[in-house]
Amino acid sequence: MSASKISPAKAIAPDVLERGDAVPALIGRHEDFLIIAGLGGTACDVGAFTGDAAHVYSLGGAMGAACMMGLGLALARPDRHVLVVTGDGELLMNLGALATIAVMNPPNLAILCVDNGHYGETGWQKSHTSLGVDLEKIAAGAGITRTCTVARPDDIAAGARLLREGNGSAFVLLRVKPTEPPAFKRNFDASFLRDRFRAALAAP
Amino acid sequence: MNDASHGSLTANCAGAGWQDELYDLLRRHGVTLFAYVPDAGHQILIDRSLADPDVRSIPLTTEEEGVALIAGADLGGARAVLLMQSSGVGNCINMLSLIKGGRFPFLTLVSMRGDFGEGNPWQFPMGQATQPVLEVMGVICLRIERPDEVVPTTAAALTMAFKSGQAVAVLLGQKLIGAKPF
Repeated sequence: MSASKISPAKAIAPDVLERGDAVPALIGRHEDFLIIAGLGGTACDVGAFTGDAAHVYSLGGAMGAACMMGLGLALARPDRHVLVVTGDGELLMNLGALATIAVMNPPNLAILCVDNGHYGETGWQKSHTSLGVDLEKIAAGAGITRTCTVARPDDIAAGARLLREGNGSAFVLLRVKPTEPPAFKRNFDASFLRDRFRAALAAP
Repeated sequence: MNDASHGSLTANCAGAGWQDELYDLLRRHGVTLFAYVPDAGHQILIDRSLADPDVRSIPLTTEEEGVALIAGADLGGARAVLLMQSSGVGNCINMLSLIKGGRFPFLTLVSMRGDFGEGNPWQFPMGQATQPVLEVMGVICLRIERPDEVVPTTAAALTMAFKSGQAVAVLLGQKLIGAKPF
């Protein structure tokens, strides 16, 4: 173990933010966004916060889809702000999406990654972000120019601004404690959610 | 086109107007988002979309990104198409859960490898599995082998996808696009 590939020199400060507080604080008025939520905890974060709103499409599978769904939606509706709320595990499954989003760079797309460093739904195994992987650096390295990490209460105001303002796609990494997401009974009917989302968007 | 031309992909593409007709057909049907993984068989479509100020061309790092992008575009009311090679179909399998479960309209144009006259043995496993894999994931496959089939078959696919909400793959066979000698 003396030659561990994971550098022990990088002391990671313990996470202090609770997702149940930090996610609503960062999003603010959720009606301002069309929202794609990842599977797992983030579907509960967003579902509980918005009261199961029709302008949210949450995944129950197809892991890795969230960011690209957000890109497709942002390109289809340049008149609306699109927000992807997804977890570290879901994002790690399709890191190439960050490169594609950086290339397209729609100004109306923001990604909020709720990073608890674990796969909460499968038994709380550590994810790569608990083992040294920094998703904000990956997003920046992919070419997304507007990125930040929110790890302390003082960071939230700047993170909230980044999600809403600017001339290019934004990426906000939210580091939270590995605690359960808010209780929320999710609807797993992907077709119902599609019809509801489209109907809400078409309504005047 | 005759059988002697199968050895040269570029010769076939250069002499074939069907790619331009295909692009015009997609545009007439309101397709505005062209997601692609670069491929010689789709070169003219990709280049036409890149030159068209009224559409967006989206280069992907892997084909499954395009599946999710199509679903997101549909949520916003836009029509997207995924251009890929048959090898990329294998990268899409689990992501097609989203299309099937959500009953999203889905259209992909697949240039075949590992097919008629293929000279690269690495292409056969996925090339030969392409149609069965798509079909078990609920994607209807329409195969084209001749230039005169391109427009009517793709028009049928557009109707099936965007009017009837089906998932459809148009398979452009190597008899049509020409086999690669490598």
